[in-house]
Amino acid sequence: MNDKTVNQKAWLLVLPVLALVAFSAVIPLMTVVNYSVQDTFGNNQFFPAGLDWFRELLESDRMWNALGRQVAFSAIILAIEVPLGVFVALNMPRRGAWASLCLVLMSLPLLIPWNVVGTIWQIFGRVDIGLLGRTLAGLGVDYNYTQDFYAAWATVIVMDVWHWTSLVALLAYAGLRSIPAAYYQAAEIDQASRWAVFRHIELPKMSGVLMIAILLRFMDSFMIYTEPFVVTGGGPGNDTTFLSIDLVKMALGQFDLGPAAAFSLMYFLVILLVSWVFYTVMTTLDAREGRE
Amino acid sequence: MARITLDDLAHSYSPAPKGPEDYALKQLNHVWADGEAYALLGASGCGKSTLLNIISGLLRPSQGRILFDDADVTDAPTAARNIAQVFQFPVVYDTMTVRENLAFPLRNRGADPAYIAERVARIAAMIGMEDQLSRKARGLTADAKQKISLGRGMVREDVNALLFDEPLTVIDPHMKWELRTQLKSLHHDFGHTMIYVTHDQTEALTFADKVVVMHDGRVVQIGTPQALFERPEHTFVGYFIGSPGMNLLPAQVSGRTARIPAGTVPLGAAYPELTGKVEIGVRPEHVRLAPGGGEGGGEGDGLPARIRRVEDVGRHKILRTEIEGASVDVVVPEGAPIPSGPARLHFDPARVNVYADDWRVEGAAA
Repeated sequence: MNDKTVNQKAWLLVLPVLALVAFSAVIPLMTVVNYSVQDTFGNNQFFPAGLDWFRELLESDRMWNALGRQVAFSAIILAIEVPLGVFVALNMPRRGAWASLCLVLMSLPLLIPWNVVGTIWQIFGRVDIGLLGRTLAGLGVDYNYTQDFYAAWATVIVMDVWHWTSLVALLAYAGLRSIPAAYYQAAEIDQASRWAVFRHIELPKMSGVLMIAILLRFMDSFMIYTEPFVVTGGGPGNDTTFLSIDLVKMALGQFDLGPAAAFSLMYFLVILLVSWVFYTVMTTLDAREGRE
Repeated sequence: MARITLDDLAHSYSPAPKGPEDYALKQLNHVWADGEAYALLGASGCGKSTLLNIISGLLRPSQGRILFDDADVTDAPTAARNIAQVFQFPVVYDTMTVRENLAFPLRNRGADPAYIAERVARIAAMIGMEDQLSRKARGLTADAKQKISLGRGMVREDVNALLFDEPLTVIDPHMKWELRTQLKSLHHDFGHTMIYVTHDQTEALTFADKVVVMHDGRVVQIGTPQALFERPEHTFVGYFIGSPGMNLLPAQVSGRTARIPAGTVPLGAAYPELTGKVEIGVRPEHVRLAPGGGEGGGEGDGLPARIRRVEDVGRHKILRTEIEGASVDVVVPEGAPIPSGPARLHFDPARVNVYADDWRVEGAAA
């Protein structure tokens, strides 16, 4: 085992990657770390602030409220988009012209830029000129996303479902299409019920892509900024002020660089942590099932 | 268990078939006797899987009827036909244990739990997986999974027919023998009607009571392994079955002799004047090397042949020879002397078959 050639010059080969990663990720991140432990009164003069900003952050109701809203938002859209996407995928035609048409229609929302989606829904939902807003008002529903908490949340959630369910559906569809016909034929011969086919054939075969879909949707929704910002601007009050909207208010609106930097780091670590836990749990579950 | 009748059956995958070439399965009448084991043998793409899928109901034939005993099931869905089918590649329910997999077809039909347990134990013993019953099916090897598929196919006792679609493709060679033997003994014990699709002649000949040979969407011969060997009804059967296959030589036949470019061949029967593509066929096992080798001699000493290659396959040797441009294979027993120069070949007259346009012609016995 120990007869490998030792050549310390080989480290040189790693240098380009190190340099690249340093400039693309490590150095920008370090400037944020740098801000998070300093205070400034402008004029480019900085004073060390220790961990004060972190302490302040952990004690601030504002951050905890934004985090709470953020977790609720991600949980709600995952709970809607994943089952809905799977349901849509199950009902899409398997082949032929209709299948192609469905695929094109499904991918359309994914191609629209975030702020355009926001603008569409902003106008769509307006009580004075929007189709949705006018219609609901005409039906006597008290709907106004600029003033009402429930209306604002409903708008933001429906908008995200409209924008991103396709992604889950397309991934699930790809998973479904990879199931050989023999599985369905065998199930028919075994007289398996529709539910058993879903539970024992389709769901296991989709689990891999669904895991990716959930992870992607979690990360994206947890970082959502543009669409709610365009539609509600975080309002009414702070009702739809999610983490990134709050962060931008803090960093650019109030120019509180230190607290904003501490906020960013916490934000980053939460996403990293949740993704890591999610990934680890899924892969160990996978491995354990394989062994038993 | 049931008798399966195919009545004027034909199938085309194109919605508006124009000619016979559009048919994957050409018109066919056949009765699969109750309780017999059949092998459906043919090269890839000859229509044997199409036929199997029509019987199992996965495919609706474009014409004709299919009857189980006396009931017309042409339009009945697979689930209503009460058949079992094992596919080429393992189909198992990954999230279930081996036991649940085997019990699944019975559970779906609401069988009694005690009966299920008994059947599962019995099948598990047969496929040799008793010690793995509580394991999840996922992560098993391909041949273990295929054994589960076989087991699931056999777990029901009351099936009308058991269909196998090249089920042993992914199984290890030594396990192949064992499973095939067990299938055979299962057939012996329960008397299921079994149809076994394969392109492997050894598999077909060892498994089945009757072998159905298909070629180009058509059934060319149905017979016992012995009949297929001795009297192939079609040139395809001749060269597809046997190792090596039957020798076929273009010939002119009149009465009891066949003329080939290299000389004349005596025949075991008298034939009428034949037109079209006329060939004689003789199995390599029925060709003999004339004693004394090739020096001189008249026509009566056999056909002059040039030996191109000798292949020793252990039990016997295969001589690849050439007679006037036509290749002829000869099976020579181990230890028999092989001439170094030109050889002379004798065809056993009683074993020479005559074909006109690929179909065998029955001669008038004298």
